[in-house]
Amino acid sequence: MSDTTVINPHGEAEHSHSPLDNQLFGFWLYLMTDCILFASLFATYAVLKNNNAGGPTGHEIFELRYVFLETMLLLFSSFFNGFAMINLSLNKVKQTVLWLIPTMIFGLGFILMEINEFSRLIIEGNGPDRSGFLSGFFGLVGTHGLHVSVGLIWMTVMVIQLLQKGITPGVRSRLLRLSLFWHFLDVVWIGVFTVVYLMGVM
Amino acid sequence: MTTSALFGRLTLDAIPYQNPIIMTTVGTVTVLGVLLVAWLTYQRRWAYLWNEWFTSVDHKRIGIMYIIFSVIMMLRGFADAIMMRTHQALAQGLGQGYLPPEHYDQIFSAHGTIMIIFVAMPFFIGLMNYVVPLQIGARDVAYPFLNSVSFWLTVASGLMVMVSLAVGDFSQAGWSGYPPYSELKFSPSTGVDYWMWSLQLGGIGTLVTGINFFVTILRMRAPGMSLMKMPIFTWTIFVTTVLIMFSFPVLTVTLALLAMDRYLDMHFFTNELGGNQMMFANLFWIWGHPEVYIVVLPAFGIFSEVVSTFSHKRLFGYASMVYATIAIAILSFVVWLHHFFTMGSGANVNAFFGIATMVIAVPTGVKVFNWLFTMYRGRIEFTTAMMWSIGFIITFAVGGMTGVLLAVPGADYMLHNSEFLVAHFHNMLIPGALFGYFAGYNYWFPKMFGFRLDEKWGKRSFWSWIVGFYLAFMPLYALGFMGMPRRMSHYDNPYWQPYLIIALLGTFLVAFGIFSQIMQLAVSIRQRHALRDTTGDVWGSHSLEWSIPSPPAFYNFAKTPVVEDLYAFTYMKENGINPRASAPFAPIHMPRNSSIGVFIGLFTFTLGFGLVWHVWWLVVGSLFAIMSLLVMRSSDDNVDYELSPQQVALYEAQAYQSVSQPVDQRTQDLATQG
Repeated sequence: MSDTTVINPHGEAEHSHSPLDNQLFGFWLYLMTDCILFASLFATYAVLKNNNAGGPTGHEIFELRYVFLETMLLLFSSFFNGFAMINLSLNKVKQTVLWLIPTMIFGLGFILMEINEFSRLIIEGNGPDRSGFLSGFFGLVGTHGLHVSVGLIWMTVMVIQLLQKGITPGVRSRLLRLSLFWHFLDVVWIGVFTVVYLMGVM
Repeated sequence: MTTSALFGRLTLDAIPYQNPIIMTTVGTVTVLGVLLVAWLTYQRRWAYLWNEWFTSVDHKRIGIMYIIFSVIMMLRGFADAIMMRTHQALAQGLGQGYLPPEHYDQIFSAHGTIMIIFVAMPFFIGLMNYVVPLQIGARDVAYPFLNSVSFWLTVASGLMVMVSLAVGDFSQAGWSGYPPYSELKFSPSTGVDYWMWSLQLGGIGTLVTGINFFVTILRMRAPGMSLMKMPIFTWTIFVTTVLIMFSFPVLTVTLALLAMDRYLDMHFFTNELGGNQMMFANLFWIWGHPEVYIVVLPAFGIFSEVVSTFSHKRLFGYASMVYATIAIAILSFVVWLHHFFTMGSGANVNAFFGIATMVIAVPTGVKVFNWLFTMYRGRIEFTTAMMWSIGFIITFAVGGMTGVLLAVPGADYMLHNSEFLVAHFHNMLIPGALFGYFAGYNYWFPKMFGFRLDEKWGKRSFWSWIVGFYLAFMPLYALGFMGMPRRMSHYDNPYWQPYLIIALLGTFLVAFGIFSQIMQLAVSIRQRHALRDTTGDVWGSHSLEWSIPSPPAFYNFAKTPVVEDLYAFTYMKENGINPRASAPFAPIHMPRNSSIGVFIGLFTFTLGFGLVWHVWWLVVGSLFAIMSLLVMRSSDDNVDYELSPQQVALYEAQAYQSVSQPVDQRTQDLATQG
């Protein structure tokens, strides 16, 4: 529980893990369970991919250029997040916040582009209720979008905490976890981009 | 269906006035509830309950609350069982029984859901909460606050099942809720929604518990306790947490997809527009089969502890026990298709899953032989906990063999969805899970409360349960061979009825077993002074939880123990090491109690209720409240406190007041005996 060093019976120094270490590890485990969650959604999408029930196929509705731009927004958001983390490790509060803001703006841009894509599809009559394929598509991509949105709310809270508290061990630990989360969502999106969009247009 | 902005789909018609059975139950529960609240108010116990229990983040308190919750739900689940058995014994030919089909269907759906999710799960989670940190020499779990949140999420989801009794209805689609029947088109009422959301919200709590205990076991063991020096119960829990982390996300997805079908008119599992129902069966059992092992493996751990303690020997084949546990866990992920061989995946696919299923019998057999060899040439003490264990070994072997029978796809085509299957899985889960929890309850009760449970009523409960079990379920095997399908609310075959009447008699015997357990508790509380545990080590056990007084101080160990041996406490006893920590003490960091867990549970319940009845303002409000509570918690830096060495010395003296016969005295007794 504590940060003290204890000597174990074999005479080696053993560092017991601090609660914050444990939180980082636990959060990493949570991300692994999230991996399984997305894996199930990918599998579902793969099963339903060709069940378009007379509705459109991916080839007809995906605009690769638009999604590529969306992808770039998300990747750059993570890139900026990396700079925020560098400044966090240098204990620079103001710079950390300054880098988190473009992280959030690009993340928000990604979400807005996704909402725009979704609403266009729904207006055209290709909403999630159209076919099994579109259900799978909206389910998978929407879950990713939901994760990004939660990440944005979390980031807003962290900016406020940074400004109020500065860099405390708790704030640092939460920012590290948030950054893990943000990069994890990138990795998932690469999967979405490949499996859904690239393979869909092929 | 009309929807109002304020109440969603909820109207006064949602209360089943016309059903006398439900209304009597609801009335009785309400009266009892009011009496309980009045009594607590009269006794001025609310502040105590709130401060010491509800808001507690102490793993021991949370563990006990889990077990109480599980027992309450067990009474409900068992009432369902009695109703079903009574009805089936009557509903032959001209006899119509007393339950209309739509009510009967709700009862078997609720019975399954409750027994698996709200009895088995919270019972072992309660035991592991209490025991695991003590066994590994830790002061608490890795995330004490999240532990409280998990508990209240479980309570919230259990409450939803209970509320479905009085407001609306419960699912009629069975505990597995297969589409397309569970789709909106065929189940338009709120029943499936209650089932779906209670599983979903409770499942999140379980997932968090899984992560919590995985980190606790991996990171917080006492110095010297390598993985292969962990007590076997801790090992089985460790493997169980891995199963939870791998399987529960799949349940989350499955239920979320069904929810999207029902709420957003999507087509994951529908008949039309490209849905695929078999995907539900696959996804559900990818969670559902490991789930069986999630509730069984902890019981295996308990049996191992109990058998070695009461044979007064070390466990035979500890390492093979560990590897068998891991092997079962891995295999549990490659057998899910045996739940639906008849789906027609083709002979080769069925053969693969059939063989994989049979292979599971190998590591399970290893375990059975390990228990037998542990007893072999031991000085066996026939305590209640030991009786449950021996009853388990015999009964479980029968269940296992019928399982191997069902694993043959050809035979499964004959027996699928018959009473044979019902008999088989009860034959696995009642001894394999429930008997284990009862053994653990009898075994660890003295540690929890400082006095033993009465043996006479304990043995009565055991004999009633086991004889009742055989009477209730052996006839079902026969009925399966005679071709009786499961879940029948009416049948036209006079040859089946005698078997169902015998099964009903068995259920009554089990009811007497439950009555005996209640009596056992009552008698033990009355005679608590005579049954007091004055050593901290009532049974002469091996692991660290017995090295401290019963009940332990809230910080568990004044000083972190050092582990030399797999049987850490036995080693201390044999080598004359006094486990009692002596002054000077170091300060101890402890987590503060928090009411946020309770409120998160409360808003989770309103969230679920809002979702069921389409009350959207309640859904949005609850989500916002939960999020605000989490943000509040994350902004709170004052979450722990420090006990000074003087305080530790004081609490230690207090905890050791119950120990009149010091453990080192016992040690010498053992040494002279041995």
